[in-house]
Amino acid sequence: MAILNARDEQQIRKEFERLQGPVKLVIFSQSLAAAELCQQNEQLVREVAALSDQISVETLNLAIDHERAEAYGVDQVPAIVVEGARDYGIRFYGVPTGYEFSNLIDAIIVASTGEPALADDTKASLAALAGDVDIKVFSTPT
Amino acid sequence: MRLAQHMAVASDRVRATAIEATEFPDLSRTYRVMAVPKIVINDRIQFEGALPEPQFLAHVLEAVESK
Repeated sequence: MAILNARDEQQIRKEFERLQGPVKLVIFSQSLAAAELCQQNEQLVREVAALSDQISVETLNLAIDHERAEAYGVDQVPAIVVEGARDYGIRFYGVPTGYEFSNLIDAIIVASTGEPALADDTKASLAALAGDVDIKVFSTPT
Repeated sequence: MRLAQHMAVASDRVRATAIEATEFPDLSRTYRVMAVPKIVINDRIQFEGALPEPQFLAHVLEAVESK
């Protein structure tokens, strides 16, 4: 059974009209850990990717593809890497439902355009960063 | 997560990870997640709740400076 209904799909298609370049969603799963969540995650990502020709999906296994996982810095499943023209460092751990789902759609769009919706001052400060910044955002579906 | 992911696109120095707290209880315990959204920057700066862009940025800069 599909996770997204016709109305969701219609709305997302409309948002995806803003896509400007290809986006790759790299899914990490592992059948031994969180099998059901990994399956849900894969299905959701595939349903989203089906709504635009610009989006491709690659499914990897955390244990088997451990070198790729390490390169992406992914150590949990289910995980999604959102890549645009390059890997911007956007990751989702857990099935993105509720608020996280709209963030996933937003992440796909910003990775596709490469144009963050931030104030010029913010962009200038970020361009001058002297060190690496790792931001973790914990949330719940509701 | 919205601001964090836009910052990740704006700078190669920034990475943004969304974590579904209920699916990762161990991580949530490690980072003492009591309320959401909870934001942790470089494992040292942390705050709860959505902040306006300038305040969020101030925490990002603080996290780099305090290294």
